[in-house]
Amino acid sequence: MDYKNKTVIVTGGSRGIGKAVALAFGAKGANVVVNYTASETKAVETVEEIKALGGDAIAVKCNVAVAEDVEGLLEATKEAFGNVDYLINNAGITRDGLLIRMKEDDWDAVIDTNLKGVYLCSKIIGKAMLKQKCGSIVNMTSVVGVMGNAGQANYAASKAGVIGFTKSTAKEFASRGITVNAVAPGFINSDMTNVLDEEVKETYSKAIPLQKMGEPEDVANAVMFLCSDMAKYITGQVIQVDGGMLM
Amino acid sequence: MFDKVKEIILEQLGLDEDTVVTPETSLMNDLKADSLDAVEIIMAFEDEFDIEIPDSEAENFKNIGDIVAYIESKTA
Repeated sequence: MDYKNKTVIVTGGSRGIGKAVALAFGAKGANVVVNYTASETKAVETVEEIKALGGDAIAVKCNVAVAEDVEGLLEATKEAFGNVDYLINNAGITRDGLLIRMKEDDWDAVIDTNLKGVYLCSKIIGKAMLKQKCGSIVNMTSVVGVMGNAGQANYAASKAGVIGFTKSTAKEFASRGITVNAVAPGFINSDMTNVLDEEVKETYSKAIPLQKMGEPEDVANAVMFLCSDMAKYITGQVIQVDGGMLM
Repeated sequence: MFDKVKEIILEQLGLDEDTVVTPETSLMNDLKADSLDAVEIIMAFEDEFDIEIPDSEAENFKNIGDIVAYIESKTA
C-alpha cells in the first residue's frame, strides 16, 4: 500500500485512534490533514511526527458539527494539497451516564459530534470527491453501536446511526466509484479508555476471545486496508476490530 | 440562458461541447444522467444563478426547455 501523492483528511486526528490513522498514512507517504477542535499542541505534534515519517501534513482546526467549519477544512485541504482522496470520519466524543440521569446537553453533544459531524463531512467533502470519481470514505463506528452498552445510550445511538449512514451513502456514491465503509473498534487502548481503572480494563479484557485490549494501530490497519486498492470491491461494510468481542 | 444551461449540463456530465442538446433533450433519457448527476446539475444551477430550486419543482422538469423556462422565471 503506497499513499504517495494521496491526500487524506482525518477528523479528530490529533489523538487516540485518529492519530494512529494519521501516522499510518503519513508513514506511507500520504498528505495528511490532521483536524482537531481543541488540542492544537497535540495536532502540531502529530503533524511533526508525520513529516518525520516521510509524509506531509497540516493541522486544521474545525468543529465537524458546524457546516462553515467543515467548508473551511475542505478549503484548507484544497489549498495545501489540491484534492481529497480519502476521508476518515473519526472525530468522536463520549459523555457517559445512565439514561435516567443523562442530561440533554450530553445527548446533544455526542449526537452532534459523532453523527452530525459524519453527515456534514461526508456531504461537503464527499461532494468534492464525487467530481473526481474515485476515493474512499471510512467512518469510525463502534461495536457498542451494534451491541449497546449500559451508560452509553447517547454514544451507542450515535454509532448505530453511523452504521446506517455508512450503508446509505455507500449506495449513493457507488456509481462514482467511491467506497464507503465503517470500522467498529472494540476495546482499544486509547484516550477514551484510559479513564477506566486497571481493574475494569482487566475484567473487560478477559471477556475478549483474544484476551487483550486492541491497540490504535490495529484499527488504523483496517482503515488503511479499506482505503487501498485491495478493498476496491468492498463497500457498505462494517469491519469489527475487536479481538472477537462481538460475533 | 439556454447556452449557459447547456454548458453547465455538459460540464457536469463530462460530455463533449459538440453534444447535440435542444430544449427537448431529456437529462436522464437522452444524456443518460443518473439521479446523483441530476442533483449535482441542479446544485450547479443554484450556485451559478444564485437561486433555490426546490425538489418539488425539479421533479417536474421533463426536458432542458423546462429548466431554462424555470430559471428564467426566477432570475427575471
